[in-house]
Amino acid sequence: MATWYMLTVIGQDRIGIVAKITTTLYQQGCNLGEASMLRLGGNFTIMLMVKSEQSMSQIEQGLQTIINELELNLHLTQIDANLHQHHLPNIKITVSGEDHLGIVAQVTSLLADHQVNIVDLESDVAGTENSPIYIMRIDGIAKGDYAKLQQALNKLQSQGIIAKVQAIDTLIG
Amino acid sequence: MTILNILKYPNPELKQISTPVTDFDSQLDHFIQDLEQTRQHGPAAVGIAAPQVGCFQRIIIIDVSSRKNTHNHGHLILINPEITEWDGYVIGREGCLSVPDYTGNVIRAETIKLQALDPNGQTLEFTMQGFEARALQHELDHLDGLLFIDRLVSRRTDLFQRQPKKSKKSKTSK
Ligand SMILES: [Zn+2]
Repeated sequence: MATWYMLTVIGQDRIGIVAKITTTLYQQGCNLGEASMLRLGGNFTIMLMVKSEQSMSQIEQGLQTIINELELNLHLTQIDANLHQHHLPNIKITVSGEDHLGIVAQVTSLLADHQVNIVDLESDVAGTENSPIYIMRIDGIAKGDYAKLQQALNKLQSQGIIAKVQAIDTLIG
Repeated sequence: MTILNILKYPNPELKQISTPVTDFDSQLDHFIQDLEQTRQHGPAAVGIAAPQVGCFQRIIIIDVSSRKNTHNHGHLILINPEITEWDGYVIGREGCLSVPDYTGNVIRAETIKLQALDPNGQTLEFTMQGFEARALQHELDHLDGLLFIDRLVSRRTDLFQRQPKKSKKSKTSK
């Protein structure tokens, strides 16, 4: 019986990582599900749902040549796929500020306090090495009114953190 | 009235370009009633286009009036719609009756001017903005064989393009 795994791959960014990994998986007969692949700093990161008849160690063995060649760090874990049940975010929060300790913790703790479920978070360190700025974008699901959440986030302004909540109006047509 | 079957991606028929309506007869009225019934039947759709139910004629229905604080012209049946002016652009999230369980970000004009005919063949003209303009553009795409998944933009694009830019030649009134 086929099993779903989450494959995590991290390595120094270079051309061909995705092609080599996915081609090998394809040759092994693996089926691919949803994925997030992006450059974080100078690293290329892959989170990839993989469905296979093979065991974890068989998949790892199959990828071993590429792992060695591209000096990648790989991790596999068994998961429940739960496909076809995307949760639709209804708010987005944009956060920016001078990069300092605790921005993510403070913002996300407020979100948790207000029962916001994060479905997507991406953050970048922008600016320069001497004056870095932190930019974060979160898509979430809020229950009910988000005015109180905005009020709570406004208190972070004293620390130079600007966080703005906006409704996501998804159009279905 | 009948609830019609919605064509789902990757049905190649969704890529077909629809032809203008020429006969404003009782058959058209009947079809519009079925189309509206079908729109209301599914998950809360603010619009529907005839090709989504396998009728390749330039007919759409949009209605964003149920949304709070949304500029709108009520329930609209638009035959042979054509956009005559565009202004500004804005990113928003869309989904589609023909693409279940997926939503994504798409860039659309913020304000549009539109010409169309009503079910009796009389000329209509509207200036639409925001959500209503987005709904119109989404449905008009269906008439040209396009889906919103043909127009997806990166989530990260949003960071840099959130403020809609105004074109200097803008003639649209707000
Ligand atoms: Zn659609």
